[in-house]
Amino acid sequence: MIPELGHFALIIGLAFALCLSIVPLIGVAQNNQQLINSAKPLSLGLFIFLTISICLLAYSFTVDDFSVKYIANHSNSLLPYYFKISAVWGGHEGSMLFWVFALTAWTFAVGAFSKQIEKEFVARVLAIMGMIAVGFILFTLLTSNPFERLLPNFPAEGRDLNPLLQDIGLIIHPPMLYMGYVGFSVAFAFAIAALMAGKMDAAWARWSRPWTVAAWSFLSVGIALGSWWAYYELGWGGWWFWDPVENVSFMPWLAGTALIHALAVTEQRNTFKHWTLLLAIFTFSLNLLGAFLVRSGVITSVHSFAVDPGRGMYLLVLLAIAVGGSLTLYAIRSAKVSSPSRFTLYSRESAILIAMSILITATVTILLGTLYPLIIDAMGLGKISVGAPYFNLVFIPLMILLFLFMGIGPLIRWKKARKGELSKHLNKISVFSVLFGIAWPFLFAGEFSVWAFVGMTLGCWIVLAVLKDVLNNAKQADGRWKFSAVPLNHIGMAVAHAGIAVTVIGVTMVSTYEQEINVKMSPGENVNLSGYTIEFAGTKDVLGPNYSAIQGQVNVLLDGEFVTLLKPEQRTYKVQSMGMTEAGIHTNLLRDIYVALGDPLGNNSWSMRLYYKPFIVWIWLGGFLMAIGGFLAILSKRYRKRVLASEQKRNQSNPMVL
Amino acid sequence: MKSIIRFIPLILFVLLGALLYRGLFLNPQAMPSAMIGKPLPKFELPRVKSEEQLVGRDDLQGNIVLLNVWATWCIQCKYEHPYLLNIAKDERIKLYGLNFTDDRNAALSWLKQYQDPYVFSIFDEQGALGLDIGVFGAPETFVIDHTGIIRKRFAGPINDTVWKREFLPLIETIEAEMAQ
Repeated sequence: MIPELGHFALIIGLAFALCLSIVPLIGVAQNNQQLINSAKPLSLGLFIFLTISICLLAYSFTVDDFSVKYIANHSNSLLPYYFKISAVWGGHEGSMLFWVFALTAWTFAVGAFSKQIEKEFVARVLAIMGMIAVGFILFTLLTSNPFERLLPNFPAEGRDLNPLLQDIGLIIHPPMLYMGYVGFSVAFAFAIAALMAGKMDAAWARWSRPWTVAAWSFLSVGIALGSWWAYYELGWGGWWFWDPVENVSFMPWLAGTALIHALAVTEQRNTFKHWTLLLAIFTFSLNLLGAFLVRSGVITSVHSFAVDPGRGMYLLVLLAIAVGGSLTLYAIRSAKVSSPSRFTLYSRESAILIAMSILITATVTILLGTLYPLIIDAMGLGKISVGAPYFNLVFIPLMILLFLFMGIGPLIRWKKARKGELSKHLNKISVFSVLFGIAWPFLFAGEFSVWAFVGMTLGCWIVLAVLKDVLNNAKQADGRWKFSAVPLNHIGMAVAHAGIAVTVIGVTMVSTYEQEINVKMSPGENVNLSGYTIEFAGTKDVLGPNYSAIQGQVNVLLDGEFVTLLKPEQRTYKVQSMGMTEAGIHTNLLRDIYVALGDPLGNNSWSMRLYYKPFIVWIWLGGFLMAIGGFLAILSKRYRKRVLASEQKRNQSNPMVL
Repeated sequence: MKSIIRFIPLILFVLLGALLYRGLFLNPQAMPSAMIGKPLPKFELPRVKSEEQLVGRDDLQGNIVLLNVWATWCIQCKYEHPYLLNIAKDERIKLYGLNFTDDRNAALSWLKQYQDPYVFSIFDEQGALGLDIGVFGAPETFVIDHTGIIRKRFAGPINDTVWKREFLPLIETIEAEMAQ
């Protein structure tokens, strides 16, 4: 009964979404206030019924209702309750429901926090988000229904959640990622609404900016969590594999990064409108394309979902309607968009334009690398895979170039920089950065390394540039410092840029100085790993709730002093009879010690992989800093201040409304 | 001219769409399992019914060997078990079991309760052989031909439809090869 109620709630949600995508648009066309005003309550109804639906699915998981096919395939009565709940988004069907739920949450939020925006415009935006919801609820209901029953012969026990997904990282990683993916639909809806209205002033850029930055921040956290999870859970010690599914999350992030910069320019300088429109469409399209690539089985990946060509066809049709439709709209309507470009070569506009071009180039090269196996296969030339060498070859040089402009962007003036002004700002910090980059490898390792030099110089350069920018803003005319005078969105930008620098430093240090040892160890033996003594004390058997494991006891010592006891495990999950490596990791800000248990080699000896990973945690810390920066920027008063002003203006000019 | 430029994104997207459409009809999963075409790896393991007597690769005698991965914790195995009893009567093949990460007493009482279709079952308590041949879960069935080469791996329970579609054609092919 409960699953049927969940199913039914989803269908009612579809009805709400259908109304939301039609009624407000009729209202706008006929200038009928009542119909226009219906958009917000409809989005509330949509959100409520999707909440009911996903809660009922989660409830069915907690009570082990294995008559539901999705639950029988992704849960087990022995599974701890928190994994039962996270299993809601552990497979294809449930993750689609979560996707739609997140979409309706954003839709509702846009409706709730848009009092300052023109009602007609909000009605259009909500209607477009309603259309997206219709597409994806229909997809869920028709091809991927998580409430499908296995009646009358249902299993007494479930097949269990994939052991790889039984992990804290997987409880929060997908929700963050989906919040990011779906969040970009707001920017998309704003862009389409602007094209429909034929009205593209700075106001719509200001309205959609906080939403886009929020989506970008969620996506940053989601990607960082995914990378962190791969690092500690897969047991290879790697943190990024250029796997198609990773690429599919990374491309919208790159395009989204370009989009938030284009939006900033559109809002402040009233130019770059075509960039903003196209990037909003492009970013959202990449999300849809990602959903298609991952869920249709067109591309193989370690993250493959259950594959069904029917789903692929549906998603392709959806992609064609959404992207084809919006690009057609752009082709027809964008002639009306006047985007005067009044800036000289030496200006912040130019720096951002170059940075955006680099970001888009990077996105396209990753897209090509991801699709290349498919292109070759489609032309009948065989099966190949594109690996890390290609991506590193094209991506790293582009990023070096990008980071150079990241230092210039915040310090150069809009429109036209005065002669000598830029060099005045940059001379000291560039000299310092280069010296820092040269000194660092000697201080850390005692010898020069080109990559460490490049990475550390750029990291330092980015941080100093934003620091300088904040100081410039804090310095008052009378020469005193007043940090409260720095606008919050400026601080947000500085924190996010610093986050990039932190990640760059982490990546540089790990790739240059990591150490890996593969060794056979018997109890009592020890090896030296970058100054640490790793001592294998033997193994013992441990029993988890749904697995049994052999646990290594590994002492880590530094200069004879005990640092920590690591417990890497080889787990066997009974139900899926799957072997799993659980690495033992000791983390601090300067390094990780990572121990993975390999195969037993007889006489109690084991093959072991030991890694020393300097600064690796910086990679993910940077991701979180970026998100913090994003959220700080959203809190900025500038969005609310102007909002109040515009509201007052509107209320004065139109006292009847309200 | 300028209006044509605005259609460029759309045109690019249409090209991409055509590629993706084509991609739907390709099968990247068709990549064969790494073990197919290779001989069964060497092993030395006890049998379920005898702790002392170790068996190895050469003990799997027969022209066409089916190696069925099973366990008592596997519900699908219970489902396919009656059909395995059926297959065991087929003269052309020899059916062996690989009892995978299981408990010996449970396995013994299972064979007693549901009858034993296997010539014998290998007792792979640690899952070592299973890992070597890339077992994901039970049930799985491997087909090994007269030259000792793994020819097929099937994941999931066997029933009449599966048997006729997935196994019989291969058995006939191998028989034809043997006749040559």
